Amino acid sequence: MKKILKTLVKLGVFALVLGMITKAYATELTGAGATFPYPLYSKMFDVYHKERGIKINYSAIGSGGGIRQLTAKTVDFGGSDAFLTDQQLKEMGEILHIPICMGAVVLAYNLSGVDQLMLTPELIADIFLGKIKKWNDPKIQKLNPKAKLPDMNIVTVHRSDGSGTTYIFTDYLSKISEEWKNKVGTGTAVNWPCGLGGKGNPGVAGLVKQVPASIGYVELIYALANKIPFATLQNKSGLFIKPSLVSTSASADIKLPDDMRVMITNTEAKDGYPISGFTWILVYKEQNYNNRSYEKAKALVDLLWWMVHEGQKFTQELHYAPLSKEAIKKAESLIKSITYNGKKIMN
Amino acid sequence: MENNKQQNNKTICHTNPDWSWFARVKAAFGINDIMPDFIFKKIVLICGLFILVMTVMILISLIANSIPSFKTFGIKFFIGKVWDPVFEQYGTLPFIVGTLLTSFLALTITIPFSLAISLYLGGEFIKEKSFFAGFLKNSIDLLSGIPSVVYGFFGLFLIVPIVRYIQIKTGIEPYGVGIFTASIVLSIMIIPFSASLGREVIEMVPAEIKEAGYSLGATRFEVIRHIILPYCKSGITAGILLALGRAIGETMAVTMVIGNSNMMPKNIFSPANTMASIIANEFAEAIKDLHFSSLIGIGVVLFIVTTVISIAGKIIIRKFAIHS
Repeated sequence: MKKILKTLVKLGVFALVLGMITKAYATELTGAGATFPYPLYSKMFDVYHKERGIKINYSAIGSGGGIRQLTAKTVDFGGSDAFLTDQQLKEMGEILHIPICMGAVVLAYNLSGVDQLMLTPELIADIFLGKIKKWNDPKIQKLNPKAKLPDMNIVTVHRSDGSGTTYIFTDYLSKISEEWKNKVGTGTAVNWPCGLGGKGNPGVAGLVKQVPASIGYVELIYALANKIPFATLQNKSGLFIKPSLVSTSASADIKLPDDMRVMITNTEAKDGYPISGFTWILVYKEQNYNNRSYEKAKALVDLLWWMVHEGQKFTQELHYAPLSKEAIKKAESLIKSITYNGKKIMN
Repeated sequence: MENNKQQNNKTICHTNPDWSWFARVKAAFGINDIMPDFIFKKIVLICGLFILVMTVMILISLIANSIPSFKTFGIKFFIGKVWDPVFEQYGTLPFIVGTLLTSFLALTITIPFSLAISLYLGGEFIKEKSFFAGFLKNSIDLLSGIPSVVYGFFGLFLIVPIVRYIQIKTGIEPYGVGIFTASIVLSIMIIPFSASLGREVIEMVPAEIKEAGYSLGATRFEVIRHIILPYCKSGITAGILLALGRAIGETMAVTMVIGNSNMMPKNIFSPANTMASIIANEFAEAIKDLHFSSLIGIGVVLFIVTTVISIAGKIIIRKFAIHS
């Protein structure tokens, strides 16, 4: 009995000391949000932990969850594939959107014997509205004279879970089609006029691979990694662009707003792929809230700075598109504007 | 020999802990021998009440969070057919229909199989202690332990192609995924629940009654039909209801094979969505308050449906029990 008591006391003291040490010395940052950049973030945070000794915990619970957690101020930063609306900004206070990397959404299809498929914005909208029903529709055939298009019904596949990918894709459709804008609109989850739903990128890709004559949208990374054929799309300047990391980055070579709350779908950039977008890290502009220490705020600013500079080299190997020069410049000035007690943290 | 004895002594000492400190503590606090009984009774009572409190708390938190949605849509929340997070229209009828269709269809598929399995293993056709019986019993129990995502993959890679083949042959849209596929996957998932319970009650049928039947010249089928089944009615029903409850709440496996279309299903082959599946799908990215609250509202509906079925089940079981 005495022995047990002694061990218990020892354990208790040990735990107490351990708790005090971690509380006093280690600066830890926590974040939550978007799943799309999760592989990149975990790589970046892992390297950063080895280089600078600062531990960052990121839980990929989805953009919506990330925003809710940031609102509740339980995390140091949120990750999101969609920017906050004016209404949300008004409720949450001043929040900065720091772009970290770019992603593209591609249209993967399942048509045996068709290696290349070209589509125009009008065709994409009509296919997903359910107006063009057959693959051998004269409009598609005219654009792809060499392709042997089957006399089969088009099965569209979309994401069943709310996602930033859906947001980017529906934002694009709303920009190119008035009918889409009025009937369906833009959102992380929408009321799809037709088709099947798959959970996550793997779900959509799985359905496209299995269902003959189907077409669905997935992240570029996912299509590349799984070698699924995807369509070449006509952009705003009339050129047909094959989705790639280069054409994705190119889509952000345009004039960007200072707060970086921008959807670059249907881009003006000449060589830009039309369905691409940023993924952001959201932070409070004023970092002194909830009794946060200056060290924590400083660590966060350093991390963000590192992510948009040194961190960018990890993007390509993981199939993410790096930020364009223009975007990095904007990100720099945003990070520099972060304050603690009204004083700028970086100079 | 000597050595062995010593070792034996040691082990005995080890397994016999010294409880005298307990008696001393009891004496110090003035606890008599009835007291522990009293304390034990209270602990059990508190544990029991805890379940009740948890259930009530779940219900309260669900209702509290879903009030904005019920207020906005009223009865339309239950009979509306449009689920549109962009234009903030939330009607849940397609999901209610989808849930009930898949789970009852799954139940219809599963009943003959689970009944046959429980009769077979219940001792009518097989020696209870035989190796094969044990093997079968264990594999059925194993089925209930497989994670549902594995069932989802199984459905996606095996059942979907088969269903698609049937659809192509019969000229239905060859999606492969849909209510029918989801029901098949579900029916396999719920077999262990109804089969295990069924087997247990069938094993409990007294041998004398069965033997009386055989002695009167009844065939094996007649014994099953007129003696075993009536005797086990309520137990078998209970097993089936347990399975139904599981089918209604199943999320992951269903999401993977149902097609996730938020429209009213046209037939049993069309893609649809269930209540549990839409919550799992859209909850993480539900940014708008009304969307969030409507998803929790579906949780309330799911809660109500499960409660109604469970109460109905209790009534049915009681009715059967009186008759037998």
